[in-house]
Amino acid sequence: MNIVVCVKQTPVSTAEKRLDDDLLLDRESVDNAVNTFDEPAIEEGLRLLEAHGGTITFVAMGPDEAADSLRKALAMAGDADARAVLISDDTLRGSDIWSTALVLAAALRRLTPDLIVLGLRSDDAGTGVLAGAIAQHLDLPLLTNAHQVQVEGTTVRTHRRLSDGYIVQESALPVVLGVTDAINTPRYPSLKGIMGAKKKSFTTWDLDDLGIDADQVGLAGARTRVLSAVAPPPRAKGEIVEDKGDAADRILRFLAERKLV
Amino acid sequence: MSTTAPEIWVYVPLDETGPARPALDLLAGAHDLARQFAGQAVAVLLGPNASAHAGALGQAGADRVLISEHPGFAAAGADAAADVLGQASEASRPRALLLDATLAGTDIAGRLAVRLGSGVLANASSLAVRDGVLTMEETAFDGTQRITCTSVGDVTQIITVRARAFEGRQFPDQAEVETLPYEPSAGALRVRNVETVREASAAAVPLEAATIIVSGGRGMGGPEAFALLRDLADAVGGAVGASRAAVDAGWVPYAMQVGQTGKQVKPKAYIACGISGAIQHKVGMQNSAAIIAINKDAEAPIFEFADLGIVGDALQIVPQLTAAIRNRT
Repeated sequence: MNIVVCVKQTPVSTAEKRLDDDLLLDRESVDNAVNTFDEPAIEEGLRLLEAHGGTITFVAMGPDEAADSLRKALAMAGDADARAVLISDDTLRGSDIWSTALVLAAALRRLTPDLIVLGLRSDDAGTGVLAGAIAQHLDLPLLTNAHQVQVEGTTVRTHRRLSDGYIVQESALPVVLGVTDAINTPRYPSLKGIMGAKKKSFTTWDLDDLGIDADQVGLAGARTRVLSAVAPPPRAKGEIVEDKGDAADRILRFLAERKLV
Repeated sequence: MSTTAPEIWVYVPLDETGPARPALDLLAGAHDLARQFAGQAVAVLLGPNASAHAGALGQAGADRVLISEHPGFAAAGADAAADVLGQASEASRPRALLLDATLAGTDIAGRLAVRLGSGVLANASSLAVRDGVLTMEETAFDGTQRITCTSVGDVTQIITVRARAFEGRQFPDQAEVETLPYEPSAGALRVRNVETVREASAAAVPLEAATIIVSGGRGMGGPEAFALLRDLADAVGGAVGASRAAVDAGWVPYAMQVGQTGKQVKPKAYIACGISGAIQHKVGMQNSAAIIAINKDAEAPIFEFADLGIVGDALQIVPQLTAAIRNRT
């Protein structure tokens, strides 16, 4: 099976996020890492590869530093037949969902995958719509929020997680697959994996490679525009008290003052 | 100036219990927004037996209701819904289509963003009309930025909206009901919903509607301690929630999870017991009107944003609080 996992590099959750003059997230002044929601997608891709054989490709779109996230995915892959593709081009800065999907879909077309795996959403933009957008571009069935995945022959079967249960869904490959954040426990790369990652195939594509015009991407191609951004006042720190046997009374008073009991 | 029809459409999914509640809230919002450009709110109701529920959507704010009972919506899920919404939007060119920012709404929005070429405005916490088009506000980057954005070009705006952005209300009106002609496009029905499995939900009061939520995390120590939270919730007429740590440990079902990947709640009071307040949880409850935290660890991040923080043992304090509430006269 030819598996492709989409990976994004995002600021770590503890980073203080700032916007630059174009109202874009300043990605240079912060520590970045693999999007936490993508780690289960990488893990699920690797487990399916181990069960069914084939190859796995990790694809990221982003600045050159996003190579770090691809190297981590390659390190997690260990001995598996894995490679990475970074789509990097100065004109991509400021791309919105529409143009990000356009670019990733063009790359995926070249890779002709049987299975495209994405995480639930990104840590930074957090829209969760990319899987649907890619499925539309590639005219593929979409199976998202998968909490369990099985492949038998050319059929993929998932448990689509609901708040009070799940739907068993099926489709024939190829499909776009979105996985939950709790579908598995992602592995840590081994030292051998980290060393081996440096020897694995690593390709960089730019827009010319993908046959996409620069006016389709970045701020020029965006179908949505940020008009303004303000930092809301942080929630004021409240009263912190140590329990000396009177905590229940203190909470009761707090609730009563707000007429909640 | 927009050449789209002055209509705001709202996708209303239909399940066994009827039209989904978040979509009804959205209809009230769409009604008020559409009036600002002398337009109409249009509900698109998809699912088995849609005609039986269509009339009631007038009272939720719809001026018109478009229905389809095509079996594909139950059998093939979001792909089929995205297809009929795409066909109908191409034919009628509404100004905007609102979807609630849940699973299916998010999947459909992604497909339509590409199919209609309009991109997507995701996770709106509020909407406004500016120069005849919709702008949305979202809280981004872990709540550190409030961002206002809009769509570019003369397009049908695709917008996903967070729960509780609008309050549903009763309208006196009747809605016109029309049946949408739907011939599935090639490939729209490739996903098969084989069966739906419902797991027991511990939430007697739905979390999203609760005035008070009592939530437990890793610090509760195990599943047994959630009975204490249940007692307190019963005493105050509230619901019980949980952090991802408690759900992942298997102590309570996913239905109770509050956070980035669980429910996003907005009660009058949120009582967090043995929850550290990591970002994953904070995102789901930081909009609560008041936050009370009980945690043994004085350094827990939750004390940074709690209105009342108690450094102490929830296993001791919660039963005392329940008794104190029950003893009030």
